[in-house]
Amino acid sequence: MASDSDSDEDFVTYGTPLEPLEEDEPLKKPVPLHDQTVKDEKGRYKRFHGAFTGGFSAGYFNTVGSKEGWTPSAFVSSRQQKAEKHHARPEDFMDEEDFSEHGIAPREITTSQEFSSSRRDEAGEKARAISAQAALIPGDTLLEELIAPARSSIGVELLMKMGWKEGQGVGPRVKRKARRQQMDGGGKVYGCTLPPAGSEESEDDDEEFAPENVTFAPKDVTPVDFNPRLGVQGLGYRGLDPSLALLGHGTAEHIDLFKPQSETRNRLFGDTKSSSRRGGVVGQAFGVGALEDDDEDVYHRDSMSRYDTILGEEEPGDSLYGWTAPQQYTKKKVRSKDASYLGKILEGFTLAQKPLEEKTIFPPPCLPRDYRPVHHFRPSVDVSHLSGVSPALAEALRVSKGHMVKEEPQQAGRHQLDSGQRRALLGEDALQGPSSVMELLRPEDRQRLLSFRNSSNPPSAKTSTPVSGHASQTSGKSAQVLPASSGLQQEALAAWRGIQTSSQTFKPFEKNPSKQARYELYLSRLKQGDNDALEQSLDPGMTEWERSREREEFVRASILYRPTSSSLSSRFTRAKDQEDDDSVEVSQDQEGDLDDKQSAVKMKMFGKLTRETFEWYPDKLLCKRFNVPDPYPGSGIVGLPKVKRDKFSVFNFLTVTESREAAAPPKPPESGKKSRWDVSEQKVEKKKEDPLGELLSAARNQTETKVEHTPTPALPASISSSDQAPGSKPEIKSSEQQSSEQKKEGEEEEEEEEEESRPPMDLFKAIFASSSDEKSSSSSEGESSDEEEEKVTKEDEGKVDSEPLNLFSIPSSSSATASSSATASSSATATASSSATASSSHQAVSTQASEQEEEEFGPKLPPPSAALIRGGAASMCPPIKEVKTGKKSKEKKHKKKKHYKHKKEKKKKKHKKHKHKEAAEEEQGGGAGEQEGEDGQVSTDELLKRLKSVRSHQMW
Amino acid sequence: MAFPQPRPQAPQLPQHLLRTIDCQQGAVRAVRFNIDGNYLLSCGSDKSLKLWSTSRGTLLKTYSGHGYEVLDADGSYDNSQICSCSSDKTVILWDVATGQVTRKLRGHAGKVNCVQFNEEATVILSGSIDGTVRCWDTRSRRYEPIQVLDEARDGISSLKVAQHELLTGSVDGRVRRYDLRMGQLHVDFISSPITCVCFSQDGQCTLSSSLDSTLRLLDKSTGEMLGEYTGHKMKGYKLDCCLSSKDTHVLSCSEDGHVYCWDLVEGSLSLKLPVGKAVVQSLSFHPTETRLLTAMEGRVQVWGAEQEEMEEDVIAT
Repeated sequence: MASDSDSDEDFVTYGTPLEPLEEDEPLKKPVPLHDQTVKDEKGRYKRFHGAFTGGFSAGYFNTVGSKEGWTPSAFVSSRQQKAEKHHARPEDFMDEEDFSEHGIAPREITTSQEFSSSRRDEAGEKARAISAQAALIPGDTLLEELIAPARSSIGVELLMKMGWKEGQGVGPRVKRKARRQQMDGGGKVYGCTLPPAGSEESEDDDEEFAPENVTFAPKDVTPVDFNPRLGVQGLGYRGLDPSLALLGHGTAEHIDLFKPQSETRNRLFGDTKSSSRRGGVVGQAFGVGALEDDDEDVYHRDSMSRYDTILGEEEPGDSLYGWTAPQQYTKKKVRSKDASYLGKILEGFTLAQKPLEEKTIFPPPCLPRDYRPVHHFRPSVDVSHLSGVSPALAEALRVSKGHMVKEEPQQAGRHQLDSGQRRALLGEDALQGPSSVMELLRPEDRQRLLSFRNSSNPPSAKTSTPVSGHASQTSGKSAQVLPASSGLQQEALAAWRGIQTSSQTFKPFEKNPSKQARYELYLSRLKQGDNDALEQSLDPGMTEWERSREREEFVRASILYRPTSSSLSSRFTRAKDQEDDDSVEVSQDQEGDLDDKQSAVKMKMFGKLTRETFEWYPDKLLCKRFNVPDPYPGSGIVGLPKVKRDKFSVFNFLTVTESREAAAPPKPPESGKKSRWDVSEQKVEKKKEDPLGELLSAARNQTETKVEHTPTPALPASISSSDQAPGSKPEIKSSEQQSSEQKKEGEEEEEEEEEESRPPMDLFKAIFASSSDEKSSSSSEGESSDEEEEKVTKEDEGKVDSEPLNLFSIPSSSSATASSSATASSSATATASSSATASSSHQAVSTQASEQEEEEFGPKLPPPSAALIRGGAASMCPPIKEVKTGKKSKEKKHKKKKHYKHKKEKKKKKHKKHKHKEAAEEEQGGGAGEQEGEDGQVSTDELLKRLKSVRSHQMW
Repeated sequence: MAFPQPRPQAPQLPQHLLRTIDCQQGAVRAVRFNIDGNYLLSCGSDKSLKLWSTSRGTLLKTYSGHGYEVLDADGSYDNSQICSCSSDKTVILWDVATGQVTRKLRGHAGKVNCVQFNEEATVILSGSIDGTVRCWDTRSRRYEPIQVLDEARDGISSLKVAQHELLTGSVDGRVRRYDLRMGQLHVDFISSPITCVCFSQDGQCTLSSSLDSTLRLLDKSTGEMLGEYTGHKMKGYKLDCCLSSKDTHVLSCSEDGHVYCWDLVEGSLSLKLPVGKAVVQSLSFHPTETRLLTAMEGRVQVWGAEQEEMEEDVIAT
């Protein structure tokens, strides 16, 4: 150790370092085994002397450390210093070996017996007691235990000071049922104890009462001393019981200290009889003595039921942990304590008294055979909302399409309710504005409509497939126009019309390029809404059989592989539609009717007129960050959904139209900003706007149509009317009337007329052969896709009623019935734009009709791309509008004040919602009133008056 | 002071000048309370953003890092971060304690007029003169915005966030409300360029001030006008407006050097607070108490309902 003490480092080294190798030195020879010697600390050899010479280091080494033996000490005594009496101690005669660890008087710090816990081995004692009981001569260890002095180690004393009592285990107190500390747990009882008479009862009631707030000491765990069975006796043999032998009647109290042992034994071996009654030596090996009166149990009958066959859990009242005593089980079984026994495993739980009833599992219901897991939206015509529809008409509607769900007797589920019914169930308000064209019809028109409907439509309804609204809507047309073509074809058309994606992904006829090309042509025509797309795209050079075959293939393929969005698009209101290839994506909120809004702002009529609502798709992550659920889960769109617009429209670039400037001096300056999008946007909003907004826009639309008609060289009448429009009073008047009052009716009228007065094709060709190009470039620009849509519906309506005569009533009814949700929107737009079309006089109407015919290149369906008829944002009849708005604004200012106050009160009352509802209802009422006023010819003044009244209604 | 006085029922108005802070950072473009109103942020035209204690008027921290005038700032809900926007087209996220730039967000094409944290400071929303609102993620390291809201057709002058709704006012005269939960965009047309928009505290109304010197209180759900407040002058500047903490009054800056305070329900002018001779640039109302901040030229003034309670503090400082 630390041989280099002079070294600077503070290393602590252990062991003896090897001597540094000298280079010159020869290598040391290893010491042979026989030369190696063992030395002790002092360098003395330790030699083995042999058994008879004293083992290690015999000789003087082991005695006193000198050759001579021990040296006597010198005795010195003087007068001053008396020699003390010297007491020789044993240590004086010991050397260090004796004092060392293994010596006879070790001088190391060890636990003295007082502190050692070895003496008080209660558990061991218990185990020994058990083994003693089980031994051949029972109680042979008892005596020495008795004799052992009673003293407790310091540990036991400390434990007792801490509250420990004998028989308890050591550890935190546990909360459980009161555990009976049996006498055996306490080990021995010193001195006299009470006779353990109550021990049986105490065991019995051990699960009866356990106060909540009482904790118990942990169980003292006794290791079981498993002694091998040495005797030849059988299991459960019990030999001579000394306690019983000693038990006499008189001496029972005296030797009571054996009692616990016998108790233990009793419980261990299932001896249930109370032994305290009898004295004498009792045992199986012993008969009954002469003193005994009865000789019970001489022939011991044992049964296996008294023995445990399974190693069970800890017994509650038993300190013999792990030992399974048969008696416990016999007792428990008698009292059916299995439950409580189990219950002690899981504290607080007991076995249920009665078994759980089994759950009956019902199998899912069988689907009906014709069930298809696809929901088809059907146009809903809610009779309750058709204010004036006669019951007969409703019946007819129901019969024709089966869409009057309300009439059906049983409503199976929510999926079979239409939107109107759900709305009714939820207690929501109906959408403002006319929900159907039917509402806007005059009663007699409806009547006619009904009659026509009954006569003509049922067959067409049969052909229609319920796949989409378009299908049902166009099917009527197909019945008229293409008798040969099936409903499938119409379905295909419906599915493909208005699909934005020009790139078609699936190519069914890839192997046959020419066929694929024809198919694609067909698809592209389909997309344009071309009704006879199939015929046009087929190869005329093929045989009839081939063509018919290919026709079928194409239709089927187109339906099969139609874009998925079509199924969706049939469900939703399309904002814009009918885009062609050269269109540009424009954000939806490019809104129009700026001047309307402007005027609304001026009139302080905030609310519906100034409010626009769009679908807006927040980013998924943004929703996450804001802790809100994605309102449109699964949609890939972010922001406002885009709609397609004409790319090459002049009105994309022009904001001010020269015609308006020229013709409409008194218009408010804001109107100059209006772009063509105003028209379309207004239609999108149309449903939400109240009748006033409709009127305003109608008036504006009307002006636009006028302009639009100017360039068409078709009919002199229309030219003259449109040219003279700004100046001519009657023209204005008529248009005004029609636009404001009879929007719906006028529209239908016009359509009827267009059907009625449709000239032969030759005429159209003659007229438009030269001007078609020009129109497609000029007038089509002004046409918004909305108008196309509207046009389509109009056309559809016209087609559905195949009879040209009785036209006044039908078309809108058919559209109302046949229109799906998609067309519902278009019908709404139609209401807006109808005023525009209606505004032009009858001549103009015929012009328009002819235009449509011309664009179609056939009498059938309007190709949406070509059906651009109206347009031009310019207005030609500003004076009327001006007058109207002026007066209105005056009126409104007046009303507005009241309105305003009213609103303020609302705010005060904090009953906003309620009030709004009221307001909405009032508005609806106003709209209805307006419609009522529509019948009959009314003068402009009259109209204005009514308008005011409507407004005032609405205000309140 | 020791015992909380029962609050008088009548709403108080911040009509007493409690303190004037000379910010020494050029013109103060905007002044904002933090979330609990204990601190205030002043955005200076000298490219600095300063954090002040409202009660003592002491400067706590100066945040410099912008390249041009700071136009708006907002503090996060936990006061750990500040976002600010500037004419340098950037939005900066600051760490309050260290004053370091946590993130500098570039992307706007023009100067950024307004900036707001969302409720949990997970998103910064900034509206710019380029007509877009950009939603920046503060949680990720992305430097691109989560979403760009480009519906406005002119510059965004003001934006506010309330829970799941985003309110923007644009120079195109429209107030847009993006409802994230519903996935809807509501556009209210107010003709005149919007200078400032606010939600009411109860979240039912929106207040918008426009350059036609009018404040309009619109019903949030329908867009109907509930109140109109006029009398002040707001013709050419982007001035702030706000609602009082109890929604009892409507306040607006004015170009004639006053702060106008109208009763919300009555619509009557209840206080015309003379701030100074110049234009009141910005104002901010205390989130809970009756306390108002106004910014005019280089000074920020703190206004309170009672005169005396603050004066001791003033003397003490």
